[in-house]
Amino acid sequence: MEKVVIKDSGYRLKKATILRTKNLTRNEKFFEIALKDGSSLDHEPGQFIMVSLLGIGESPISVCSSPSRRDSFDLCIRAVGKVTRRLHTLKKGDEIGIRGPYGRGFPVNIITGNDLLIIAGGLGIAPLRSLITYVLDNRRDFGKVHILFGCKEPKEMLFSDELEQWSQRTDLHYACTVDRADPEWAGNVGVITTLIPGVDIEPLRTFAAVVGPPVMYTFVIKELLKKGIPKRQILLSFERNMACGNGKCGHCQIQNLYVCQDGPVFNYEQIKNLSEAF
Amino acid sequence: MEDTQYVVLKKDRFEEFIAALSSMQKLVAPVAKGFGAYAFEEVTSADPIALNYIPTILPLKKYFMPQRETLLEFTLDRRSHAEAVVEYEPLTIFGAHTCDLAGIQCLNMVFSERPKDYNYLLRKGTITLIGLECNDYCDEYASCHLVHASFPSGGYDLLFTDLGDYFMVHINTVSGDRIVRTAGLCEGAGSAHMNELRSLRDRKRTVFRNEVPIKTKLIPELFDAVFGARVWDNLNERCLACGNCTNVCPTCYCFNIKDELDLTLARGIRYRVWDSCQLEPFARVAGGINFRKERSARQRHRYYRKFRYPVDRFARFFCTGCGRCTRACMADISLKETLSELIKESEERVWKKWL
Repeated sequence: MEKVVIKDSGYRLKKATILRTKNLTRNEKFFEIALKDGSSLDHEPGQFIMVSLLGIGESPISVCSSPSRRDSFDLCIRAVGKVTRRLHTLKKGDEIGIRGPYGRGFPVNIITGNDLLIIAGGLGIAPLRSLITYVLDNRRDFGKVHILFGCKEPKEMLFSDELEQWSQRTDLHYACTVDRADPEWAGNVGVITTLIPGVDIEPLRTFAAVVGPPVMYTFVIKELLKKGIPKRQILLSFERNMACGNGKCGHCQIQNLYVCQDGPVFNYEQIKNLSEAF
Repeated sequence: MEDTQYVVLKKDRFEEFIAALSSMQKLVAPVAKGFGAYAFEEVTSADPIALNYIPTILPLKKYFMPQRETLLEFTLDRRSHAEAVVEYEPLTIFGAHTCDLAGIQCLNMVFSERPKDYNYLLRKGTITLIGLECNDYCDEYASCHLVHASFPSGGYDLLFTDLGDYFMVHINTVSGDRIVRTAGLCEGAGSAHMNELRSLRDRKRTVFRNEVPIKTKLIPELFDAVFGARVWDNLNERCLACGNCTNVCPTCYCFNIKDELDLTLARGIRYRVWDSCQLEPFARVAGGINFRKERSARQRHRYYRKFRYPVDRFARFFCTGCGRCTRACMADISLKETLSELIKESEERVWKKWL
């Protein structure tokens, strides 16, 4: 058996260093990361990377910062599997490996010039934070921007200080709701779909960007269609099992589409007839 | 006029030819393993080679994308370091049937599509492929004509056709030509030989017929109509979700990626290993949601990955009609039967529309 080192391998890792971490909730931790060679990740909002811990494995994670910040990027990681649980034990200065960015993110160049309705459920705020911060960095290029955020309970709220800031901004329309309130909660109670009818938008020039748990999509899409937003302007990001990121290993397939290469962001027109998507 | 693409190898020189091949580099060929089963394995002489064989237990993909292959080697000391590697072994494969050659052509398309898979592509470049034409059906499980794989259409360096007391050898590549020249055992093919090849192909055209009652070009349409068919529910009750069908399929290439440390815990590898969409956890994400939880959905996915999805992506079917999935199924799920049932059910639907 002969063996050669291949520089072009799709499995080659880039070294990266953790600059900062912060516990967001009991299960979610925030990481600011920089590539070791000083280069920029150069991602698009909504793209994901494969995070690698040698000897443990790899996990697909959405980038949750805007590409306009070039010297570092952010990840928000929920501890659910063996890689993510181990990632939670890492701290400032530790080294990880990454591959990517992969997939198609939110088509920001197409959204430009339109209104934007961002709908985030739970951890869905992580990939959408890359879009939101990108839009804020380029605020003049977009029309009205609405952000709707929902989660199960107030204590599961991610990026709560940033959400607070967004709610104060005059150039954003912000609303949030929780499924179950606690005694201190003074805001809306109910599922996220209850916020949609009240949003004042011009449907034909509005793009909706939706990320949340799988159960959320069917109901949110129904409300958005009721509002009159065209199918092509409803953007959805899907979570699937991913092992390779290169459109080969088959795990992430939704019928004929590979979420890792054709997605993770799709417009509703593309996938409305794919029963495996919902 | 003599066609220089064709040469003749007399059967009494076959042994010498195989010896010459095996002296050039490692040679593998179909060998009888008992119980009517065959496998590709290393040979050094013509003796063990089975010239008349049904498709081997595992297809040729085991040489192109080994069941387990190293992608990364790493060390875990203070300055951890990882390097992407490919392991390969130059190899000549003798005796590949046209179904298996078609299987490799499918894999070639998948792994050359961007982002390219250099592990596969590098290894592929070191493998010489010598085909062996089927003069007749191997057994009743084959459905190669349905998917245009019963006749040779490239994908080999040399192709052997058994014409009685000699083999007609088609030279398809320069490296095939080099082998013929180095061995020096072949002679030019005359017009009598060419006529014999032609009449074999004519005879084959009467033997090989679509094994399932449908025109090949209508298969994508059929699959457009049967996503919700009852056939899948029937498979749901029978399938054992063992993954045999995908393991033995020449065009199933799904894999998983895993890490493994050696006993020092200071070094390790990241490797990929064959996986199967038929296994329960295949489409499950961390957190527990499974996007193809039912066996019916998983079986349907397998059929669509053979007959529908690749038509859009690669303009061909990813079934080569080799029949392995049917032979290997412990629950007697038959590809030909499933297709026939789907045709029947789709016709029912068309009739219902008119009634």
